[in-house]
Amino acid sequence: MTDRQGFFDLSKKGITRRTALKGLVATGSGLVAPGFVRYSQAQSSAPIKIGFQCHRTGIGAAYGRWYEKTTNAAIKLINDAGGINGRQVEIVIEDDGTDAGRGAEVVGKFANQHKTDIVYGTLFSNVVIGSAPTAGELKIPYYVVSEGYHVASGKLNRYCLQPGITDVRAQVTSVAPWIAANAGKKVTMVFPDYAFGYDHRDYLPPALKNAGAEVVAQIAIPPTESSFTKYFPQIPAETDVIYHVMVGPAVLTFVKELGEFYGSNGPKLFGFIDSLEAVDVNSPGLEYLNGSHFWEGAPRYAQADDSDAMKAYRAAVGIDDNGASTSDANDVSTAAHMFGCWETLYVIKKAMEDSGYKGPEDRAKLIEATEALTEFAEGPEHPQGKKVFNGKIHQVFGSQNISKLEGGKLTVVHKTSIEDGQYEPEADYTTQAL
Amino acid sequence: MAFGPHLLLAVLEGLVTSAVLALTALGLSLVFGVMRVVNVAHGELFMLGAVLAWAITTSIGGNPAIGFIAALLLAPLIVGAVALAAERLVLRKVNYDPEATIVATIGLLYIIQQLALTFYGADARPVLPPFNVRISLPWFGYSGYKLSIIAASALLLVISWLVMTRTKAGLIMRATQYDRETAQAFGIPVDRVYAGVFALGAMLAAIAAVLIVPISQAHYLMGQDPLLLSFIVVIIGGLGSLRGTVVAAVLIGVSDGVISVFFSPTLAKMIATLLVAMVLVFRPQGLFGRTAR
Repeated sequence: MTDRQGFFDLSKKGITRRTALKGLVATGSGLVAPGFVRYSQAQSSAPIKIGFQCHRTGIGAAYGRWYEKTTNAAIKLINDAGGINGRQVEIVIEDDGTDAGRGAEVVGKFANQHKTDIVYGTLFSNVVIGSAPTAGELKIPYYVVSEGYHVASGKLNRYCLQPGITDVRAQVTSVAPWIAANAGKKVTMVFPDYAFGYDHRDYLPPALKNAGAEVVAQIAIPPTESSFTKYFPQIPAETDVIYHVMVGPAVLTFVKELGEFYGSNGPKLFGFIDSLEAVDVNSPGLEYLNGSHFWEGAPRYAQADDSDAMKAYRAAVGIDDNGASTSDANDVSTAAHMFGCWETLYVIKKAMEDSGYKGPEDRAKLIEATEALTEFAEGPEHPQGKKVFNGKIHQVFGSQNISKLEGGKLTVVHKTSIEDGQYEPEADYTTQAL
Repeated sequence: MAFGPHLLLAVLEGLVTSAVLALTALGLSLVFGVMRVVNVAHGELFMLGAVLAWAITTSIGGNPAIGFIAALLLAPLIVGAVALAAERLVLRKVNYDPEATIVATIGLLYIIQQLALTFYGADARPVLPPFNVRISLPWFGYSGYKLSIIAASALLLVISWLVMTRTKAGLIMRATQYDRETAQAFGIPVDRVYAGVFALGAMLAAIAAVLIVPISQAHYLMGQDPLLLSFIVVIIGGLGSLRGTVVAAVLIGVSDGVISVFFSPTLAKMIATLLVAMVLVFRPQGLFGRTAR
């Protein structure tokens, strides 16, 4: 800083390369310094910064928009109630383009440039898997809302956690008995040809077998496919029920072509609502889905037995009884997943309070505090229902809904128990060093 | 399903792909043939056509057929106007320099794509087909609308061929393609021909998009695949050759349909790409292209 004067007043001394360089260095450090000063004060008064890795563009953009709305609603409530450890919470958003490579860059940007306390909010499994190594290297806690089995499988690292939404393996395991008992014994699976689809491919068949049913064919469809009729001949004629999990913009085509292919005498359908998140179930072309069943994390349509917590959550996020935005009835939400953002933020709050989190030096303590959690009671912080958390595999387990599409809306017909979805853990992150 | 019906389905699917691909690739081929401009934004003009089709059909409402016909007429005109503006404001300014136009059209690609994301949004939105007929075959059902796409595309290709070979406009375009400087010396307003061709290429893409949108929804990222496939078709068929484009589109479309039905879609893409490599090695001018002069 001392040289600064000299640098700007070059006329008096004459410029040499050395003075110019010195001056540049001094100016540079002068620019950085205020940041450091503010940082050292941050522990007492400045906001806690949560880096939100958001799918604002790319194939996950519809989810990203609603994850953002849910996050903002939850953060507003948290801040209105005094924040976390007496500090306000600030969300810093970076768009990852739903792209794995970009996702890793974004995590780096949060850690090094924005200096956020943690990273949070990712949905798409490719982005999570692509970003997790960076989060581990930079030792920044990475709370995902992705439902993939990758966290629980032990494939990632100790800095990755999924405390707000049940993973696909547990979801699939818990709905399989219902499918076998109510939809049919011979199941053909149609799933996207990447990580998220593989979780379904790998864990549905054993679960169905336990329930006395079987998978007769598995059809993997590339995620960029835009036409599906050509896959339908692979569906065996003996199929009782088609189990479909499609993600991406082509799902309307998928359903329409399925309807054209089978007409009125096709197999029954059981789908994951992932296919139709942010899509109005009354869209033209979806008539073929009428009468079919769906998995839903949280119900899109308001149900008769909704708890007060669920009603308050829906009002805070701004969705009406049809699960669409209260300001635009055509803007349908991703209700089956986005509750996970809300619940994850409250888990982060709890863990930060338990660990007395002050700043980035406490990140390891924050991970340990999260791992120590075991149960979340149903209530305003966990409107979707009670949850059980397994600190060893960093994964939460909740109950799942099976809904029937009828009369233009989805009505819950069965709710699984938390035990239905639990499986033998295959990993233990707590043995890894922090 | 037995082999016969299975093959029939594969060929039908392939022909629908071919029909749309031929129109899109023809636009790309025309622009390259006449202007020597590699239009990387071609796929986005396709997407723009689909998005406009959605906007037009939803704002008109009523009978889906009326909205669809309006979209089929209006969307290509608007896309053509956008292309014309791009040609005047960008391509002409960089003097149609081959390297500069590639970079410029890449820029255009992102601008159009992000504008669509901003104003149209990230959702896939459906457009109702003008008519809904399910053709019930003994083995499977098939969409009557899909069959009509094949017919519409064939009709448009015949019209394009007549325009290119039987009209003065076609003659001027061919003359410009053959030798730009001589054409100019003979009083052909090359500058205006360029503008017209660029707009025409975009309009062909837009028409293809309006035709396909009732079966595949409008989405802001839908331009990527058609661009790639159009390039493949144009390289195999020979740049600037109408006949080559159509033959290559049918070849790629039907083989894609048959291979993806019987084997896997990934294998179909691999074979198409391999075909491009073989053509580039053994017949760089394409199957029907003339050697560069």
